[in-house]
Amino acid sequence: MGLKSKDLLGMKQLTAYEIMEILDTAKTMKLVISSANKKTSHLQGKSVVTLFYENSTRTRLSFELASKYMGSASANISTSGSSVNKGESLLDTARTIDMMGTDIIIMRHNQSGAPHFIAPYLKASVVNAGDGMNEHPTQALLDMLTMYERFDTFEGKKIAICGDIYHSRVVRSNAIGLTKLGAQVSVYGPKTMMPVGIENMGVRIADSVADCVKDADAVMGLRVQLERQQKSLFPSIAEYAKFYAITPEMLALAKPDAFLMHPGPCNHGVELPTAVYDCDQSVINEQVTNGVAVRMAVLYLLMARRNNL
Amino acid sequence: MRLILTNCKVFGNEKADKVFIEDGKIANEFPEDKADRVIDLKGATVTPGLVDMHCHLREPGGEYKETIATGTASAAKGGYTSICPMPNTNPVADNAAVISGILKKAKEADNCRVYPIGAATKGIDGELISEMGLMKEAGIVAVSDDGHPIKNAGIMRKVLEYASDFDLPVLNHCEDKSLSEGAMNEGVVSTSIGIRGIPTAAEDIMIARDIILSEYLDIPVHICHVSTKGGVRMIRDAKARGVKVTCETCPHYFTLTDDMCATYDTNFKMHPPLRTKDHLEAIIEGIKDGTIDAIATDNAPHHADEKVCEFSVALNGILGFETAFALGYTYLVKTGEITLERLIDLMCYGPSNILKLGRGGMNIGDDADLAVFDLDHEFVFEKDKMLSKSRNTPYDGYKLYGETILTVMGGKITYEKLC
Repeated sequence: MGLKSKDLLGMKQLTAYEIMEILDTAKTMKLVISSANKKTSHLQGKSVVTLFYENSTRTRLSFELASKYMGSASANISTSGSSVNKGESLLDTARTIDMMGTDIIIMRHNQSGAPHFIAPYLKASVVNAGDGMNEHPTQALLDMLTMYERFDTFEGKKIAICGDIYHSRVVRSNAIGLTKLGAQVSVYGPKTMMPVGIENMGVRIADSVADCVKDADAVMGLRVQLERQQKSLFPSIAEYAKFYAITPEMLALAKPDAFLMHPGPCNHGVELPTAVYDCDQSVINEQVTNGVAVRMAVLYLLMARRNNL
Repeated sequence: MRLILTNCKVFGNEKADKVFIEDGKIANEFPEDKADRVIDLKGATVTPGLVDMHCHLREPGGEYKETIATGTASAAKGGYTSICPMPNTNPVADNAAVISGILKKAKEADNCRVYPIGAATKGIDGELISEMGLMKEAGIVAVSDDGHPIKNAGIMRKVLEYASDFDLPVLNHCEDKSLSEGAMNEGVVSTSIGIRGIPTAAEDIMIARDIILSEYLDIPVHICHVSTKGGVRMIRDAKARGVKVTCETCPHYFTLTDDMCATYDTNFKMHPPLRTKDHLEAIIEGIKDGTIDAIATDNAPHHADEKVCEFSVALNGILGFETAFALGYTYLVKTGEITLERLIDLMCYGPSNILKLGRGGMNIGDDADLAVFDLDHEFVFEKDKMLSKSRNTPYDGYKLYGETILTVMGGKITYEKLC
């Protein structure tokens, strides 16, 4: 039991077997979250530090709660309250945290590959909580847990992802994880937000929102970063909402029992109309709960590996 | 100083097995007992000293990365006897005073002939043309804003015109920066690892522009470090119709590809970025058919702090002097793509001709600028043994042929492998 690697850097580094092990463990952890006494001893005597170089609400909080529910000592560093602003290098900061006896460092960073860069220098396990445009593995794992609770298998399931594909680490991690388990992923977004060669990651590039969503088992919207409009990636919110949003009509093209996901935070009325966000098919709020469960599973399995050594 | 190199093969002269050096020149035969030193080269090959038309020595301003003394020692270890440092120093080499300072330091080090390249525009800002005439008097052999492409076509035209008044070649780093915000080649790999990409189109567009300007003005232009299939094709076509365009490439563009960036190893980060295999093959094709005139190193020392960091934050470029010949020999000659003669063309006569340096003479009376390479035995390249102050090379541990045994510049031994 446990993960093979010291670190969780991305879905690229996980095997299909490890992904399923995380999802199965997360199902058990979810019981803890829903119980009256949210306390286990899985991480008792361990220390967990979150090191976030980018803003985050749900990812950071869910990691913190996950570690606290399992009994670890935990601490947080954010860029505004540490020596990061004094110009300390990432590696120096990470080594400093490592040398305080930290078992797990959970890091979010605006540079792709930042956790991959520091991990080999540290004794602590590094968990990637989002690196630049590269990966956000625990988001993909919570998305997959949400699907796994509704599917008996990922094999042959159709997953549609619409929005800003280029800048999205959520898409990359989901595409890698889902295709490893045999799902078929379709992506669509404005061509100004489509990266070159994404089809080489095993996904299908759709021709339109309708083509992307048609007959899907699950539909995922992505947050549009509104400041991208300044970079001329789309002309206006109105135009984006008209041509690229997942409207009720679009969602109706998916399978009747399909469900709607969004990693949050959502721009209501841009990528999703509020009516869709709140519709019966929406599982967006449940994704949040699953975020805690999956992060408990990841932290537990990383430490379980260490105990096995 | 009288020197005899013995038991060697001599490039361009199948019958010879000795080289005689006297007063800095290649000399007629003299008896061994008149020599200050006789060096047994054990069958290695004597070639003309190499010429690097594109490198960075970092002095003034970047002495923590490299100095003129360490950089020229590193060049000598690579078999170079003549090198051309780019002007992106601090202060920028855009005036005669800085050029004179560089030449003074080079003379003190006395490891290589240093032929500085002056900035094409003041401060390499791409706006006002530099004092090319005064810099030429101080010793520059060309102008370039390397690393800072001259984006304004009107200014590029003025640079070409004014430089031609002083018979100074213009070398341009071709990159349309409006297309190239990224940190590696745009493609499957950049998408997979989430690094912003630099499309080949960014390079091709400016190569096209410079060819058009050169053709229209009938003034030569030299394209730095070509890395793309499209660039090679356009330069080949332009040459065929008589445009005075020349170009160089670098060893990394015929030995490495962008998939090597997949682990975020910053020693594979450079500008232009490593491309895909089809581009690498087009570069080799351009080397074979003569489209590419020179192999330069773009030797770019960086301190560990500037490379041991996040990929997008790391500075661009790798060291090149100490691996260039061995990479060329191993990947181009040993593989049968080109002959040793063609390689020496690319690494000596080609650049010497473009910059009118008159280097590479192997006849009696010519300056004794020579390199000696062991072409027969494999060696392991080890970065810890480099003479550069920096260590940013992706080639550590590579097994190569063509190790430098000896370098002689003006009759003086500037590098000697301790056997």
